Amino acid sequence: MDEKMPQSAPVIEPGYTFGTVTDKISSIVLTRPTSNGWFVGFGLAFLVTMGLLYAIGYLFVRGIGIWGVNIPIGWGFAIVNFVWWIGIGHAGTLISAILLLLRQSWRNSINRFAEAMTLFAVSCAGLFPILHLGRPWLAYWLFPYPNTMNIWPQFRSPLVWDVFAVSTYFTISLMFWFIGLIPDLATLRDRSENRAAKIIYGMLAMGWRGSARHWSRYETAYLLLAGLATPLVLSVHTVVSFDFAISIIPGWHTTIFPPYFVAGAIYSGFAMVLMLAIPIRKIYGLEDFITDRHLNNSAMVMLATGLIVAYGYGIEAFMGWYSGNRYDSFLLWNRLHGPYSFFYYLLLVCNIGIPQVLWIRKLRTSPLGLFMVSGVILVGMWLERFIIVVVSLHRDFLTSSWGMYYPTRWDWLTYVGTIGLFLSAMFLFVRILPMISIFEMRTLLPQAEVKPE
Amino acid sequence: MKRTPIYGIMAEFDSPSDLVAAARRTYEAGYQKIDAYSPFPIEELAEAIGFHHNAVPLVVLIGGLLGCVSGYSLQYWVSVITYPINVGGRPLHSWPAFIVVTFEMTILFAGLAAVLGMLALNGLPMPYHPVFNVPRFAFATKDRFFLMVFSTDPKFNTVDTRRFLEGLSPRSISEVPS
Repeated sequence: MDEKMPQSAPVIEPGYTFGTVTDKISSIVLTRPTSNGWFVGFGLAFLVTMGLLYAIGYLFVRGIGIWGVNIPIGWGFAIVNFVWWIGIGHAGTLISAILLLLRQSWRNSINRFAEAMTLFAVSCAGLFPILHLGRPWLAYWLFPYPNTMNIWPQFRSPLVWDVFAVSTYFTISLMFWFIGLIPDLATLRDRSENRAAKIIYGMLAMGWRGSARHWSRYETAYLLLAGLATPLVLSVHTVVSFDFAISIIPGWHTTIFPPYFVAGAIYSGFAMVLMLAIPIRKIYGLEDFITDRHLNNSAMVMLATGLIVAYGYGIEAFMGWYSGNRYDSFLLWNRLHGPYSFFYYLLLVCNIGIPQVLWIRKLRTSPLGLFMVSGVILVGMWLERFIIVVVSLHRDFLTSSWGMYYPTRWDWLTYVGTIGLFLSAMFLFVRILPMISIFEMRTLLPQAEVKPE
Repeated sequence: MKRTPIYGIMAEFDSPSDLVAAARRTYEAGYQKIDAYSPFPIEELAEAIGFHHNAVPLVVLIGGLLGCVSGYSLQYWVSVITYPINVGGRPLHSWPAFIVVTFEMTILFAGLAAVLGMLALNGLPMPYHPVFNVPRFAFATKDRFFLMVFSTDPKFNTVDTRRFLEGLSPRSISEVPS
């Protein structure tokens, strides 16, 4: 899409050499002193993580009665947050795998921290269904293993599919991230002055020496992994949507769910990528590597996926009317006029209304504007999951089983706590690992081209 | 030819083009046990040093098939043989419901095979390697490009090989102690 735009910003500013690219990225980790701002930021995030631990500790003592979940709203915040976090994770894999296969080389400067974001987001996501189990310490019962109770998982249940999808996703994302890191860890090993750092990076780099034979196998493995991760990332949110779509609850039982969930995942994921990339590039002076081109492209991805999400809402509303099913049409009425209608309108404003400003080219390259629009989208995507989970459950077929859902302070503390956990992990990541893939940046330089003899 | 106490001779170059050209000429001169080191992947380089057989795709295929078969058979065995659950007389072997887990297991095994297979074929992790004895080799992960002729090459001779590499106009030449 960018070839048609001659005036578009470059992926990397001119004037860099292999050496200066290496020094610029590795010095953030190796020589730059840890700033007070980092300590304050990490300290705050860590404090919030302690709040999460407190909430989890109390949950272990008292059980999930401390949450606002009840019958009929059995899923509540736990599943809202699970879907929200796992959706955010999707952008990392999209950037690292799908854009690699599509030869979008601009991804090279944002794939590393987008992948890190995926890992941390999936870790936060994974906490919620486990905490929601009631007896979280028995979470290993979800896996098929020979046991003295002689029972096995029910493989026809979407909840078991979810276990496999999410754990596979986490494992493959970790592998993808780690093999991407190996050559850069070797760079850090060779650049580091500190003996302890040299040994640690050296062990992680596993003796990488950049041999042509190694690179050849490495590139093949990396491409194949990207090819495997591409259907995987689409399948993960599809399976998450099956958790809903395979049930018979009005508002869940629809075939539009898988594509619309995947588009929503990428939508919120890119919003999170921008919310991280914009401050990071400012603080660490990486505007030469994460250029306006990256902001513009990410904004366009958000615009496109946002429109797919809008189409999803449209179809949901249309089918509520067109199906003639009284429960489906009641659901639509309940969304528009029920007790949670305020949140539905807010969702429409956040996910469909405000993001339309991204049509303005000037805004797509304005860091502050994009940062704020991304924040709005993240709130909107959280509200979407809230509407799907809570509004569908709270009034189903029988009026006698209707109810209301009010999150408690423990719901909020757990949710905010995972944001703290996510941010703490990101703070540590930018401090101890190269947040931009150094070797892939080298390949973007014009000097990397082999001239024919 | 008496056994030399060195591991090989290494020439250092400034640019990927120089390295690829030098590697081609060395290979064409009849040296077979050679290797090249670069700070980023160079597509032409593997071919220039005569490396054509890459077994990674085969390993990934085997991993994927293994994952597919084991994923499906696990579900069949659990749902049909060892722990059948009768739900209103519906078939025990309900294969459409088994596709998702089979797919995930295929991806999981293939992905693990890609990473672990790549590392194993590359002989990693390898904490010690003679090339690291050359102080300048630290730049192989930054901005320098190295060509290496191993002393195990039948054509290898400390004097002649060194002279040949000097003819490729490298930036520096070092002997790699084994």
